[in-house]
Amino acid sequence: MSVDTATVAKIASLARIKVSEPELEAMVPELNGILAWVEQLGQVNTDGIEPMTAVIPNTLRLRDDVIDADPLTGGDKRDAVLANAPAAEHGFFGVPKVIE
Amino acid sequence: MSEITDLGVAAIRDGVAAGTFSAVEVAEAFNANVAAAQGALNAFIVATPDHAIEAAKAVDAKRAAGETLGAMAGVPIGMKDLFATTGVQTTAASHILEGFVPQYESTVSQKLWDAGAGLLGKLNLDQFAMGSSNESSHFGSVVSPWRRPGSNAPLTAGGSSGGSSAAIAARLAPAATGTDTGGSIRQPAAYTGTTGIKPTYGRCSRWGVVAYASSLDQAGAMGRDVTDCAIMLESMAGFDPKDATSLELPVPNWTAALVGDLKGKKVGIPKEYRVEGMPAEIEAIWEQGIAWLKDAGAEVVEVSLPHTQYALATYYIIAPAEASSNLARYDGVRYGLRDLPDGAGLQDMYAATRADGFGPEVKRRILIGTYVLSAGFYDAYYTKAQKVRALISQDFAKAFEQVDVLLTPTAPSAAFALGESNEDPIAMYLNDVFTVPASLAGLPAMSVPAGLDAQGLPLGLQIIGRPLDEQGVLNAGLAIEGRAGFTAKPGKWW
Repeated sequence: MSVDTATVAKIASLARIKVSEPELEAMVPELNGILAWVEQLGQVNTDGIEPMTAVIPNTLRLRDDVIDADPLTGGDKRDAVLANAPAAEHGFFGVPKVIE
Repeated sequence: MSEITDLGVAAIRDGVAAGTFSAVEVAEAFNANVAAAQGALNAFIVATPDHAIEAAKAVDAKRAAGETLGAMAGVPIGMKDLFATTGVQTTAASHILEGFVPQYESTVSQKLWDAGAGLLGKLNLDQFAMGSSNESSHFGSVVSPWRRPGSNAPLTAGGSSGGSSAAIAARLAPAATGTDTGGSIRQPAAYTGTTGIKPTYGRCSRWGVVAYASSLDQAGAMGRDVTDCAIMLESMAGFDPKDATSLELPVPNWTAALVGDLKGKKVGIPKEYRVEGMPAEIEAIWEQGIAWLKDAGAEVVEVSLPHTQYALATYYIIAPAEASSNLARYDGVRYGLRDLPDGAGLQDMYAATRADGFGPEVKRRILIGTYVLSAGFYDAYYTKAQKVRALISQDFAKAFEQVDVLLTPTAPSAAFALGESNEDPIAMYLNDVFTVPASLAGLPAMSVPAGLDAQGLPLGLQIIGRPLDEQGVLNAGLAIEGRAGFTAKPGKWW
């Protein structure tokens, strides 16, 4: 499978990365090179093989359903949560207007 | 006595405990080396001399009060800039996180401070740990302290933990943290004549570590020798309820059980690692390693890992897929860079921020990942890769029915010059050919320095072990270390 300029533009849009026309032109052969290279996996017979989801057997733990189970990630952390926000205002994350 | 900065973790800790020198003297000596080398080597993104001194003062005070000292007491270390450190900028070597100051500490770094270590600074790396040469850092490439004889051409210190490897080799730090997703601890260690271990997936908490590919990312220890790595890894590892993939197991006392005698042990040599076009010097150092392990009492047998040749392609589907998902969090809203063009709406702001904030290799991997996870291609790429990954893992499981550890070269060459292989992404990916398979299977693996090539550059050997058998890996590493007698260090030119 290979990608053309329109497909790369579509992927970039899905990934929310603005790409200029010249960048797009440069990326098409790069991505096609990588995709052609990974095509080799088609040679491997994987019939009846379960896709691997965990390298080491592990069980999903559940913590007690209580408030502030971990004080570090519990409530009352507004200022710490907002400390690195580029446009925090009035205790909220600020974003450009989304409703016309 | 040799200079303090020539000492490793064990020697510094023991020297501080014995009163041979104070922890503050140690911190001052390394702080001075960090400052003097920064312009030439660019190993650190941020130096934190005050932190190192404060931690050292605390250790000296504890000693004076007769209190018990931790396993890393008085040892100043470098921290890869992928670990969140409270109050100290954490960037993953990216523009998008430039100026990000975490409000919390990663589990691994906190454990090291609890053990008495101090922070010399945050080490440079490939941007978001994506790279094998450190050339993708937003803050400029790390330059290896090693050079080819008669040449000033800057060489790579490897990647992605290239700041870590350069700092240790240049005596800017006795040890450093690294992270390994496809070889990012082992390959830089091999390129710089240093030692590095990636433990079994799940041994070290990923909490507070900037995520690249979560099913592969694993923190590890880098230092001058096997013993130092064992000491440091013991301080870093351990169960953490804040990481869903953390293993709920006690941390063995690896240091106490270190032994270089391999009598009764079987070492496997995977025949598929004899790749076409392997340089004669790599072949020769591998043969030398086999002879050393035999000398240590091990029986050496050939084994087969038939799916080895597919590991890289598998990795370069899975890792970008996970990266595209993990890096979706950088949106210009909650932290990091925001690029808001005039009159832009929310979607435009996302796209502009991410275009400005990510480097070319990061964008490339996000796009590949987005593509292989997109509707209509998911099964053909991602599910297929996960199936091949299962086969690669089964190969190892079968081999470990016959042998205790595997011995391979760490990298297919010695360090290359900066700029030498960054034109073709796939040529760069091939650096990880020997390290990626163990990562895909979540196995513990380490690189130890084995010798120098004809140009005087370090070469490393890799040992891969069974799941949770860090001890077997460390012991085989110790056997090689004792026989290689690697004492070479780069001549000081910086």
